[in-house]
Amino acid sequence: MRIKSKFNELNEKKKAALVTFITAGDPSLKDTKDIVLKLESSGADIIELGIPFSDPMADGPAIQLASERAIKSGATLTKILKLVKAIRKQTQIPIILFGYYNPFFIYGLDRFAKDAKKAGVDGVLVVDLPPEESYEFKRSLNKENLDLVFLLAPTSTSDRIKLVSKNCSGFIYLVSVTGVTGQRPNMNYSLQPLISEIRKYSDLPIGIGFGVSSSKQAEEISNIADAVIVGSALVRIIEKNGNNIDTVLKEMGDFTKQLSKACYRV
Amino acid sequence: MQTNYKFPDDLGHFGQFGGRYVSETLIPALLELEKSYIEIKNDKGFQKEVSHYLSEYVGRPTPLYFARSMTEKLGGAKIYLKREDLAHTGAHKINNTIGQGLLAAKMNKKRVIAETGAGQHGVATATVAALLDMECEVYMGLEDTRRQSLNVFRMKLLGANVKGVSSGTQTLKDAMNEAMRDWVTNVRDTFYIIGSVAGPHPYPMMVRDFQSVIGHEAKKQIIKNEGKLPDLLVACVGGGSNAMGLFFPFIQDRDVKKIGVEAAGEGIDTNRHSASISKGRVGVLHGSKTYVLQDENGLVKGAHSIAAGLDYPGVGPEHSFLNDEGLISYTSVNDTEALDAFKYLSEVEGIIPALETSHAVAHVIKIAPKMPKDSVIVICLSGRGDKDILSVNEYFEKDEKMHQ
Repeated sequence: MRIKSKFNELNEKKKAALVTFITAGDPSLKDTKDIVLKLESSGADIIELGIPFSDPMADGPAIQLASERAIKSGATLTKILKLVKAIRKQTQIPIILFGYYNPFFIYGLDRFAKDAKKAGVDGVLVVDLPPEESYEFKRSLNKENLDLVFLLAPTSTSDRIKLVSKNCSGFIYLVSVTGVTGQRPNMNYSLQPLISEIRKYSDLPIGIGFGVSSSKQAEEISNIADAVIVGSALVRIIEKNGNNIDTVLKEMGDFTKQLSKACYRV
Repeated sequence: MQTNYKFPDDLGHFGQFGGRYVSETLIPALLELEKSYIEIKNDKGFQKEVSHYLSEYVGRPTPLYFARSMTEKLGGAKIYLKREDLAHTGAHKINNTIGQGLLAAKMNKKRVIAETGAGQHGVATATVAALLDMECEVYMGLEDTRRQSLNVFRMKLLGANVKGVSSGTQTLKDAMNEAMRDWVTNVRDTFYIIGSVAGPHPYPMMVRDFQSVIGHEAKKQIIKNEGKLPDLLVACVGGGSNAMGLFFPFIQDRDVKKIGVEAAGEGIDTNRHSASISKGRVGVLHGSKTYVLQDENGLVKGAHSIAAGLDYPGVGPEHSFLNDEGLISYTSVNDTEALDAFKYLSEVEGIIPALETSHAVAHVIKIAPKMPKDSVIVICLSGRGDKDILSVNEYFEKDEKMHQ
């Protein structure tokens, strides 16, 4: 419910949701908590926590490295759920776990849904789980009223848009480019027709991500979609500043403030 | 006799295994590929074209050679070698790349990419790309570019661009991650030629079908030679394409026993092996549900084998299914046994097998003496060992020093 009420609230403010991604456990689980709170106080509306995986096939170099750092720091799904529980004591910001299917599958789908609900997770996005393979997981998540967010892409046909719309909840994550995650100077500006097509089949909010790294891009997206999703550009701040968490927090805060400002519709 | 083996289903499932676990961006490409493949599968013109290249270019049918010395020395079952090492480029991999390459041309793709471990699939892809005038990029783990440097040179000579992959364990698994990333980025004009019966649907089915030429030929040949079906088929299993190729045409023949040999590396009870079926647990890797070597948190473990082509923590989903159904048995052979078999076949038959293939040979050396003299074994001699001579030499030199 946190996701839905967040979008309603932002609609009244004429603001697109700023969805910020960081990998949980990068550089450490404790720092992740501080970073999440910083992101929120700087204007982030929804948090995506990446679940590190050994084989992040859909990710570019920035998130691959973040994933490696997080695995080294000992982040596991079990520990990340504990972390969410701790974060939940301090904030009601919607939290979505973003990862690859295998760690969820190994954790146990029903068990995960129960524990995630208890911890205060709001939804899950599984990059390598298209609707066809998702029914088992969806059943488990539905029982706990957790959202399952799906991706659509520039390659998506009408049939795919219909199928995803039917199964998706929370919001639809529209991948801006054909490719892996990561910053790109030039966005794909031909998304408008795709958005119109999605609107035919779904009333869900539409978020745009992959490659978004500047306020200018955030501003453009805010005027055509409901959410701006930023990941690699934030993760790079951690990569660049290594273990100096104060610098990380400061730079994240400054950057998030800029992005958040850009999310207000003109 | 089991009838009506009809797998995979429409969504690419072999029981609980297989499927299409990839990001949405790739799904339309996989659906298009599946549609095109089913069209050409039943197209006589296309089949004729494939047959033409297989016979005139690859040199098929490959011989089914009766290994007389090996049989006499071991003193048990009669041993036949299905000589895939004699196929053009030196391994069975070309059977599949001819098929997928021609399909890529039919789909008007001008660029092909591939992952490779031992380099045999990379070479076979580079070869077909040269033949069909396509741009070719091959992803290979840096560790593998070192231990299979001869194949890197061959690929370059054939005009392919070899990209060393430095992430993760720097082996086949990481090469496949990188190839997937390339594909998702260039999906509109690029055809991804997967080299094993792994990956998302329709690859496991398609690669199996293209490799089935091995088993179809072997069946005819053994009946001609022995007047009956063999008692046992043996093949090595990394991803498992040569094994599926030999086994699949016999899948309804329940009296023909089939054994897939995984790589036990430094020992199946150590952490350094590639025995996904024997030691793995069901998970999702590279687009399909299958047995995967992984830790309790679902992170995929690095595999190990002296044979780069077997050094993979997953296995084709159909193998996982056939294992659970009891239709195929799986066992494993370690690095040392494989090296011994490498030497053995070279000395006894004058055939230098690939290190991957040596695993199958090693298992037969163990079991043939215990089988009756009128029983018949067919080994899939999946590739030749020229590519391994440098690293085997290094290994033997190290071994000698250790024992001095």
